[in-house]
Amino acid sequence: MNFDKEFDASGLNCPLPILKTKKALNDMTSGQVLRVIATDCGAVKDMQAFADQTGNTLLSNTEEGGKYVFFMKKK
Amino acid sequence: MTTKKMAIIATKGTLDMAYPPFILASTAAALGYEVQIFFTFYGLQLLRKDLSNVMISPLANPAMPMPIPMPVMVQMLPGMESMATMMMKQKLKKHGVASLEELRDLCLEADVKFVACQMTVDLFEFDKSEFIKDVEYAGAAAFFGFAGDTDICLFV
Repeated sequence: MNFDKEFDASGLNCPLPILKTKKALNDMTSGQVLRVIATDCGAVKDMQAFADQTGNTLLSNTEEGGKYVFFMKKK
Repeated sequence: MTTKKMAIIATKGTLDMAYPPFILASTAAALGYEVQIFFTFYGLQLLRKDLSNVMISPLANPAMPMPIPMPVMVQMLPGMESMATMMMKQKLKKHGVASLEELRDLCLEADVKFVACQMTVDLFEFDKSEFIKDVEYAGAAAFFGFAGDTDICLFV
């Protein structure tokens, strides 16, 4: 999947992956896609909850070799 | 859509109890909430520029997981509090949990408003110059001015 920006939140624990996702989205324009990599298994539920509450769209959420990869489209 | 609001009263000044207000406030702000934390009594310690006096003690804290069982008589010894705090901070770092300083900065960056209880500042004769600058000083009535309209209100 194409993306406009990405950041690696590997090793970071709650709530840092969410806070850094929010910060990364702040610098993006509507419709752009952010790719986030995380190792915190709590981020799986949290990223969905973040999307549900902020109106951004979680396009996909997959696990690759023990890491979680998220694609978030900015509202 | 109207902005949701959350108010937190932070009353504790130990390392373990310092985390919930800052974690919840920063996360709520990231979710779009307008957030205010009212710091009172020992919670005021969390507003100091230097947070090294925010510590954790195994004393009277039987739920604290310890690497080896430790009798209360041993927990009372000088230096045990510093040691427990150091170990806790190492643990937090190892597990990728943000430091208190980092979480507090993230709160401020996200426009979380910090309000310090003026009465407690007077009571404990705190020196305001020891606190970070991003603090307003007010009383209980001012807290209700914000808290009365919130969706979530927590006492920590």
